[in-house]
Amino acid sequence: MFTSLYNLAHWLTRNPQEADDLLQETYLKALKGFESFQQGTNFRSWMYRILRNTFLTSRTGLNSKMTEPFDLEDGSTTPAEADTPETLLLARADQQLVQDALERLPVPFREIILLCDIEEMSYQEIAEALGVPIGTVMSRLSRARKAMRELIAVKVRGTAK
Amino acid sequence: MSCDWSAKLDRYVDSELPAGELTEFQEHLLGCPKCAAGVLSRLQLKHVTRSAGQRFRPTPELRQKIEQSIGARSGPSRNGPSWLRRWVPTLAMAAVLALMLASTAIWLRYARGEQAVGELADLHVATLASANPVDVVSTDRHTVKPWFQGKLPFTFNLPELQNSAFKLIGGSVAYFHQSPGAHLLFELRKHRISVFIFRNGGEAGWPNPGSAPSRDLTFSSESWTEGGLRYFVIGDCNRADLHSLTELLKSAARS
Repeated sequence: MFTSLYNLAHWLTRNPQEADDLLQETYLKALKGFESFQQGTNFRSWMYRILRNTFLTSRTGLNSKMTEPFDLEDGSTTPAEADTPETLLLARADQQLVQDALERLPVPFREIILLCDIEEMSYQEIAEALGVPIGTVMSRLSRARKAMRELIAVKVRGTAK
Repeated sequence: MSCDWSAKLDRYVDSELPAGELTEFQEHLLGCPKCAAGVLSRLQLKHVTRSAGQRFRPTPELRQKIEQSIGARSGPSRNGPSWLRRWVPTLAMAAVLALMLASTAIWLRYARGEQAVGELADLHVATLASANPVDVVSTDRHTVKPWFQGKLPFTFNLPELQNSAFKLIGGSVAYFHQSPGAHLLFELRKHRISVFIFRNGGEAGWPNPGSAPSRDLTFSSESWTEGGLRYFVIGDCNRADLHSLTELLKSAARS
């Protein structure tokens, strides 16, 4: 979990020094607030929630809230149109290209993709970690993936020219 | 044009579609190229994201620094007795280390479980690929069960399948982490389902009880422990059908 939390911290802050500080503060807060952890609930979600809240109140987190649309509208689900050309583009996406696309996503999109696809959390766990209803998890995830696919497609088309 | 299922593609690739809708959706996929392409592109995206996202690793120095800072920050209470003040940093650090160890232990157990699923899935696939998948060929449980006498250090019950859609094909002895066990092969329509039964205990990994298989795996599987035996069922049928066989096996084990 230590490695996993660090990976998430680094993806959020995009800076090794800030990731170190964020992780350190997360563990300190977890220790301090361990009494608030309810036995039987998800420990991983609880730790991630602390990490995320700590990030959002940090300088980088506050900056990201000011420069990126953090409270993204979660009202409607807009499923991405998936077609064969898109699957071909994804097949050509290399690791660096995917990492670039992930970095360019707004924080709410980036974190939900990280939690679902890398941490393999269930929708329920993600809802607990982000403190949002499960419906919001589904709609945000759908839009985050659509944004990610579009970023990758633009990059692949760009490099193909 | 998008069909009614297009909004549920993400839920499907994330294994979050309710069991009731899963069968219906899988049948729909066979006749809807648009949804099939949507599922494919989502699976591709999940795959590339997973490998690209595991990118940053903490240094050993950071781990050490955090352990030390936790000990120092949570320092002695000024109001408590002196022995308590002396032990608070140590206790705090021990608590955090216990947390880290617990989370690591849980993760290791989970990882071993995932690995075990992979190994048993390999056994299942190897059996299907074999020209002689079973050593005892019989649809009669009263023939298959006695065949294992003297071959295994335990015995088990097989369910009555007369009023069900399942058919027993036969069985063979399987080995998993140097332990002998029963490998039974069932058939449901054209689907082959393997049931592995091993003795409980030992340190070897075993699929996490009640857990779903890895999301990339297209097999359905279930694992549980009953009467000192470990059961693992795997097949390419849908989860609801697999669960029906699981219930029959559980019922037989209790009888």
